Amino acid sequence: MPNSDRLKCTRSPLAASLAVLALAMPAVAQDYPESDRPIRMTINDWTGQELTTRLMGGVLEEMGYTVEYVQADYLAQFTGLESGDLTVGMEIWETTGKDALEAAVETGNVVALGETGMEAIEEWWYPTYVKEECPGLPDWEALNECAEMFASPMTSPNGRYLGGPVTWGGFDEERVEALGLDFDVVHAGTDAALMAEVRSAIQREEPIIAWVYAPHWAPIQYDGEWVEFPEYTDACYEDPSWGPNPDMTHDCGKPRGWIKPAAWAGGRDVWPAAYTAIENFTIDNEQMGRLIGQVDVDGMPIQAAVDQWLQENEDTWQSWIPQN
Amino acid sequence: MSLTDSDTRTLPTGIAPIRIVWVATLAALVLLWMLAQNVEWIADPESVVTIPLAGWISDAVKWLANDLTFGLFTFKDLTRALAWLLEIPLTVFITLLSSGAEIPLGGESSLTLPPIPWFSILLAVTWLCWVWGGRRLLLLAAASLVYLVVFGQWESAMVTLSSILVAVPVGVAGGMALGIWAYRSERVSRGLTPVLDLMQTVPIFAYLVPVLVLFGFGPVSAMIATVIYAMPPMVRVTMMALRGVSPELLEFGRMAGCTRRQMLWRILLPSARPSLMIGVNQVIMLSLNMVIIASMIGAGGLGYDVLASLRRLEIGDGLQAGLAITLLAILIDRMSQAYIAYRESPTATRRAQGVNNWAMIGGLVLVSYVVGFVFPSLSTYPEALTLDTSPFWDELVRLINVHLYTYLDAVKNTLLIYLLVPVKRFMLDVPWLAVTLLLGVVGWRLGGLRMALVVAAMAAFIALTGNWQKAMVSVYLCGISVIIASLIGIGWGLIAARSERAYKIAVTSVDTLQTLPSFVYLIPVVMLFQVGDFSAMIAIVLYALAPAVRYTAHGLRRIPSETLEAGRMSGCRPRQMLWRVRLPLALPEIALGVNQTIMMALSMLVITALVGTSDLGQEVYIALTRSSVGHGIVAGVCVAFIGMIADRLITAWVARRKKQFRIN
Repeated sequence: MPNSDRLKCTRSPLAASLAVLALAMPAVAQDYPESDRPIRMTINDWTGQELTTRLMGGVLEEMGYTVEYVQADYLAQFTGLESGDLTVGMEIWETTGKDALEAAVETGNVVALGETGMEAIEEWWYPTYVKEECPGLPDWEALNECAEMFASPMTSPNGRYLGGPVTWGGFDEERVEALGLDFDVVHAGTDAALMAEVRSAIQREEPIIAWVYAPHWAPIQYDGEWVEFPEYTDACYEDPSWGPNPDMTHDCGKPRGWIKPAAWAGGRDVWPAAYTAIENFTIDNEQMGRLIGQVDVDGMPIQAAVDQWLQENEDTWQSWIPQN
Repeated sequence: MSLTDSDTRTLPTGIAPIRIVWVATLAALVLLWMLAQNVEWIADPESVVTIPLAGWISDAVKWLANDLTFGLFTFKDLTRALAWLLEIPLTVFITLLSSGAEIPLGGESSLTLPPIPWFSILLAVTWLCWVWGGRRLLLLAAASLVYLVVFGQWESAMVTLSSILVAVPVGVAGGMALGIWAYRSERVSRGLTPVLDLMQTVPIFAYLVPVLVLFGFGPVSAMIATVIYAMPPMVRVTMMALRGVSPELLEFGRMAGCTRRQMLWRILLPSARPSLMIGVNQVIMLSLNMVIIASMIGAGGLGYDVLASLRRLEIGDGLQAGLAITLLAILIDRMSQAYIAYRESPTATRRAQGVNNWAMIGGLVLVSYVVGFVFPSLSTYPEALTLDTSPFWDELVRLINVHLYTYLDAVKNTLLIYLLVPVKRFMLDVPWLAVTLLLGVVGWRLGGLRMALVVAAMAAFIALTGNWQKAMVSVYLCGISVIIASLIGIGWGLIAARSERAYKIAVTSVDTLQTLPSFVYLIPVVMLFQVGDFSAMIAIVLYALAPAVRYTAHGLRRIPSETLEAGRMSGCRPRQMLWRVRLPLALPEIALGVNQTIMMALSMLVITALVGTSDLGQEVYIALTRSSVGHGIVAGVCVAFIGMIADRLITAWVARRKKQFRIN
């Protein structure tokens, strides 16, 4: 069992040094765990979020905290975070949860804890085979030439662009109008419905153009590209004169967005070191993408993927723990 | 017995002759429609007034949650205490069935008690099923539980079962208490009926946020939401059953000098027991219906498995977990039915004579638990032996998608272009005042002035709270789905009524359709029919089909054979038998079935919002995602009002038909 031996070797000096530290200055280094009260972390229904949560949860457990995982809906969880029934939700996306987070923070009962370091990318996306028939892509100006290819009887002669749920926002109607695209925006009701249609089209190798985002399993599993719109700047959404259309705003792509943990404000007094550790949590899109790929594409159990990452990146997560 | 003749004869015509009323109404409608282009307030209710009801409700809930206090404690303390109370039995069940316990023995050591292993439960339940229901029930129980084990659903199923085991008794007891109260007081009964209607038809997403605020986030809130949704049938059934107790029996009780309490426990409830069981059955079925939504707020279990696998588009996994829910529902339902039959049967004919049932079960569980404790490796079913058919299902959907899509697409487009789109345009064009007027007139003809006012007021509420457009989209979507579901359902019901075997097949299929979470078929439907109204329609039809089938078959089967004989004697051909005898006689039941179909269709609106529709369901869903309590509740009440308008009109119509045919 070479593996477990190696694990022991890397861990024991650390444990020993911790023990020594604890002996030497018990009041300082072992400030945590400050409370036995369980930290209740929410598990939403997508893989990336569960990975992030279990990574952070694993670290908190290493620090000696009791962690409980509670399954919760992405948006319904804010009610629980405000009342303190839930402690922390690890992934609030600027693109989909900004309003809810701002509303919650306004009550004074919820705080955002730094950023996770991941960046939400979302844009019009198409599978690579579409390019054979529409060679001008990924440039957005090629879209109109191929609009008919994406048309359905309901939208014809315009193309059909499958957008995200209305609650995600995204200004696609405005974008279509400002850039003069011959497309109709059709909103899917949920992420699952959106992806179901994408998968269906890819199985049949038929043209589709839809709202896809990362980190997510779809752009990992399927070959595809983002449409290249004029790059987003704040001015584009505010100043009509900016961009290709001098009279309208939103004549550019979508902004990249942060992903933040949100937590019950009262918890900072209960588990201050844990809150600092969560604030320090950071992982990049590439690593998260690899983890999601392991789970969703290769079928590895989530906990196994998490344990493996924790083993291989001990230095990284050790650095999140506050050292006083 | 031609329709038009009897209509003119039996209508409560009052002064105005019937034809003139309809002609005048039609004229008024056309006039309103023409005027609507020029007069804004006829077409657009928002130009009249938009009542800011949503804001008021949000404020009221905020006040409830933050400010209402009874001196020593606040309202929120009260609800939280209630939640705490409910959490105790839940924790007990979860400990027993799923998580096990760790008992500290002082110092570092502790004793880990595992949960009851699967084979103990399998043994105990199959024994019970054999005693209550014989070999058939035993086979059903064994097959269902083995499915849970072999397909790796056991752990999740036990979590779900724990919450069902608490929610069902709470729902039954609460429903009975309310029902008894309403039985005793006419005023309570009258006040309760609309509340029950609302509880059943306001989509659960609409009141999820207030429930979360008041009862905290987690399994208990999920349970409370479940109880709110599943309790109304119990209240209704209790009221009905108690009123149905024969007057002789009551007289006897009074003569024997029963006190009020004795009367209730010794006379009323025992004699109403068979009817009460129908209510229990409904509570069980509806509770299991809620499993998916409950898992969105922390209940976990099978519902979460369904949601998570569909989120990853693993259709097969979702189906397997969904099927586990169905099996649990059917098993619990059949067990409760068998138990009642067993209680009613004479002692001498029962199985396992002379064996103390509960001691037997206790013994079985205890012995097998000890076995499991000593050999812990036995108590977890080996992972290597689990089955997984999900690749098959994923592949099946893929094959259909790749090879049959062209045909499906053609059907979809034809229906869309020639049916759905024109109807939608029409519904959105009709001015609100015209619809309200029409509903009023219909209500008046069917049930008098009171009914007219109620129906028109509900329509006006929808218009004046700013939900008219979305409500009309809902009406269009549900209307078409209900028509299609009724056609299929009545047809299927006709076939099912022909033979006992066909009836059994129909009942089982319909049970499955109703308990299989609609999420499971939502995703394949979207893959084959794309996001849009058509997919939503298919999902609604699949779900709402059940009552149409059930009630039609039921109605046809209970036509007295003498009547059929008489029809045959007078020389009716099979065709005439169907149209002149069987269908007219079964009409009241069929109409009730359609009524229930409408309710089911409306309750699917929130689910179809997850596909992507722009109706009231979406409004409720958006409100949930923005946590705007008032918005959600108002949109939810609008959904409920659509249902209640349909229900009131259909019930009044059925009552009149019954009178015409002198059916009791």
